[in-house]
Amino acid sequence: MLEIFKNISVDWMGLRKPLIFLSIAILMAGLLSAIGRQVTPGGTDAFNLGVDFQGGTVITAKFRNKPAEDEIRSALQAQGISDAVIQASLDKQDEVLIKVPLFEGKGDTAPAEAPQAGGEDATQVNLGRATVKKALDTFGKEAEAGKRLADDESAIYQIVGTDSVGPVAGAQLRNQAVIATLLGLLGILLFIAFRYDWTYAAGAVIAVFHDVLITLAFFSVFQWEVSLTVLAALLTLVGFSVNDSIVIFDRIRENITLHRGKSIYSLTNDSINQTMSRTIVTNGLVFLAVLALVLFGGEVLRGFSLALFVGSITGTYSTIAIASPIAIWWQGKIGNAKVKEVALPQSGTEKMASASRRSVTRRPVTR
Amino acid sequence: MKNKGLWIRTFIILAITIAGIYLVFGPRRTPVASDFSWSGIKANLAENINLGLDLKGGSHLVMRVKTDDYLKTLTENNGQAALTTAQDAKLPATAYTIKAENGNYSVNLTLSDPSQQQAVLDEVKKKVDFSAWTQTTSGNDIVWSLPNQAQELMKRQAVDQALKIIESRINAFGVKEPTLQKHGAETSGQILLQMPGVDDPERVKKLIGAESNLSLAKIVSPPNPSPVQTYPTREAALQSIGGAETQTRKVYPYADRDEPSAAGTAKTDPAAKVNKYVVVEYPSVVDGSELREANAVSRTGSEGDYQISFSFKPAGAQKFGEWTGKNINNYMAVVLNGEVKSAAFIKSQIFDSGEISGKFTKTSAEDLALTLKSGALPAKIEYQEERTVGPSLGADSIKAGVEAALGGLAFVIVFMLIYYRGSGVNAVIALLLNMLLTMAALIVIKSTLTLPGIAGLILGVGMAVDSNVLIFERIREELRAGRSIADSISLGFDRAFITIIDTHITTIISSTILYLYGSGPIRGFAVTLVLGLLINLFSAVFVSRTIFMWLLHRNPKMEKISI
Repeated sequence: MLEIFKNISVDWMGLRKPLIFLSIAILMAGLLSAIGRQVTPGGTDAFNLGVDFQGGTVITAKFRNKPAEDEIRSALQAQGISDAVIQASLDKQDEVLIKVPLFEGKGDTAPAEAPQAGGEDATQVNLGRATVKKALDTFGKEAEAGKRLADDESAIYQIVGTDSVGPVAGAQLRNQAVIATLLGLLGILLFIAFRYDWTYAAGAVIAVFHDVLITLAFFSVFQWEVSLTVLAALLTLVGFSVNDSIVIFDRIRENITLHRGKSIYSLTNDSINQTMSRTIVTNGLVFLAVLALVLFGGEVLRGFSLALFVGSITGTYSTIAIASPIAIWWQGKIGNAKVKEVALPQSGTEKMASASRRSVTRRPVTR
Repeated sequence: MKNKGLWIRTFIILAITIAGIYLVFGPRRTPVASDFSWSGIKANLAENINLGLDLKGGSHLVMRVKTDDYLKTLTENNGQAALTTAQDAKLPATAYTIKAENGNYSVNLTLSDPSQQQAVLDEVKKKVDFSAWTQTTSGNDIVWSLPNQAQELMKRQAVDQALKIIESRINAFGVKEPTLQKHGAETSGQILLQMPGVDDPERVKKLIGAESNLSLAKIVSPPNPSPVQTYPTREAALQSIGGAETQTRKVYPYADRDEPSAAGTAKTDPAAKVNKYVVVEYPSVVDGSELREANAVSRTGSEGDYQISFSFKPAGAQKFGEWTGKNINNYMAVVLNGEVKSAAFIKSQIFDSGEISGKFTKTSAEDLALTLKSGALPAKIEYQEERTVGPSLGADSIKAGVEAALGGLAFVIVFMLIYYRGSGVNAVIALLLNMLLTMAALIVIKSTLTLPGIAGLILGVGMAVDSNVLIFERIREELRAGRSIADSISLGFDRAFITIIDTHITTIISSTILYLYGSGPIRGFAVTLVLGLLINLFSAVFVSRTIFMWLLHRNPKMEKISI
């Protein structure tokens, strides 16, 4: 058998204070970054929100011969867009991302263009693309609709992607995402409380919050862009973190029925140690896969990969450092959880004992 | 006994696997030989899986019907109509005021003689539709206000109507397989339009949002043979009617479209071309609602020389005929969306057809004819969200996604085979089966696969790996505890199953909530994740266990197991 760990007995719960301190330190850094950026006049915002959540337009343009960023910037400036972000695509040399902030509510930065006489208003969604196109037209013709840039000899560039979100839709997407996630967490809370105990439910959900907040702290400190794909990643890491917590809680529940009288403190340590090799294998695989995504995933998935990267670490860590200590601490206040005995579908409890009996014969974990 | 159970399990697995392979790779018709070739399988796969716009390219638009504007116009029109009706009946109505803001819509009609109140009410009831409004009277005033419930209903109707009109416009435009539906909360007035394969939605956007307020009205001008009376500036035109527009005299710009805009782009800038203004008499003779047909026609066949011919419904034709008969040699304006498109004198009585001249390009003439035919939108629409992915960008993302997924899968497979050796084969079979069946399930429920959906798929595969790891680690523990191989496998599966079911149910619960309360991209994630997890209970637990059962069946006294 190829094994990573055979017998380990680490007093994880004894490490809870330095671990929680570490978490708090990172969270404080994130909080300071967010508040600091928010109150600094003229500085960046707490989060580098993508157009999905604050409105704006992102144009992906493919060039035959990519102009220098400064050239694009001055072409945009000529159209009245002074605060565009121009980002060269790392993985595709001929593409460039042009991010234009909201026009509305910033009267003086809005391009001086008469409102269309048509039935639609000149909103962000219409103006964003049109204005960028006007600026890019100074470099040459855009490829005709339906043709690829390579097939249209006379064209010099092509807009291959547009993401344009008005301020109302942006706020709506943001609120809907937050509400859906919070309701999802409530569902998790209730289910774990039903299957295990309120103390475990609280531990798991607080750990999830911890993971999301830590990830967001990284996003604020490093000003990584928060887009809809980051949201998908946060949802993924919520699932991942809860999954990890439940695996350990399940083991604790089993050990409680096997070793009556043993303190919850040492039972928790035992459970973490017994499942450690699963934790390493599964989370290690996830971590490596995500690392590959960060390195090779490309510009579009950057936010997604980074969020998962941070999340795959904190998701594992929070089970040990946050979820379990909270459950123990709370049970210390209100008395031990009366977890339901989970009968095995086919075998009796006598057989079940086998797995964990060994841990009793091992060196008992002491404080 | 046990043997029989094993055969049943095997049969179930084979049946489901074959069904899955057929759903994913098989054609939806009688198979032919080419369906078994590599390219045939690929073609079937591409046909069966419904890719989202972000992967295959296309345009995703969220628009909002300005329902507040709709109610405001309705209030204004009803106020105007009530006053006119009363005055036409020689009743003492002097003025009306309207309120149309912050969700309050009301019309206040002022009378100079309160004793005639009932007569006014009776008359107005006959001509103006105030049925949904609450009516209150006090002295000289009659107030109609629109209750909230009626507001909601009317807004909904406006959105429904807009939806129908937009549908007829995009259908006429020839967008393939569009998705058009209400979006967001019931009262949001939002409409979602998805158009696969459209990478430049500008023309469609213009077309959908285009107003088509057409009216034919008399121009205030000396009759032919004098030229039509125009004014060089708006001010001069206003001067001629006493300084301001009245209810019967309106000033419109008169655009000469000498220079057509480039084909396809339809990016005319109306303000730049206006060089004259005319005064038009209101109410108009006929308006767009009387139209029966509208077509783009070319006199010469050359690009940039298109006109729009239209014909009226019988009632409109009647009105138009009467009016033209009385107004020979007078000038008539074709007013479209607040702009005079053409001005011509009446040569003879015309009944049922007319023409909007003014050198349109083929594209703009066709689009205009289309909007005229489909009718006017109940209110303006605004675009709130646009996401367009060119087909090449979509193909790039799918390539990147598939490559990342396959790379990750290959890595996981190699690791499982090295770390768990023989038993790793179980895990690999379970993983592949999981992916196959998740795809098949997506096809069965006709769900589209999007980029967030791929994220859900990957998390699902991750949890499938985790299930196998949990089971194998548990079996190893039991083996270390000195149990027999058969007992260890049985115990390992049974015990790990409790963990697996808890983790899966938790994630299924939260994903279901995400699906119910989330929007587009979140839903795509939730759907594939839930499917992946449900299937995982089958592939990782049932299938993997059956394989172990086969091993034990063939060698009941097994003393070594490769795990």
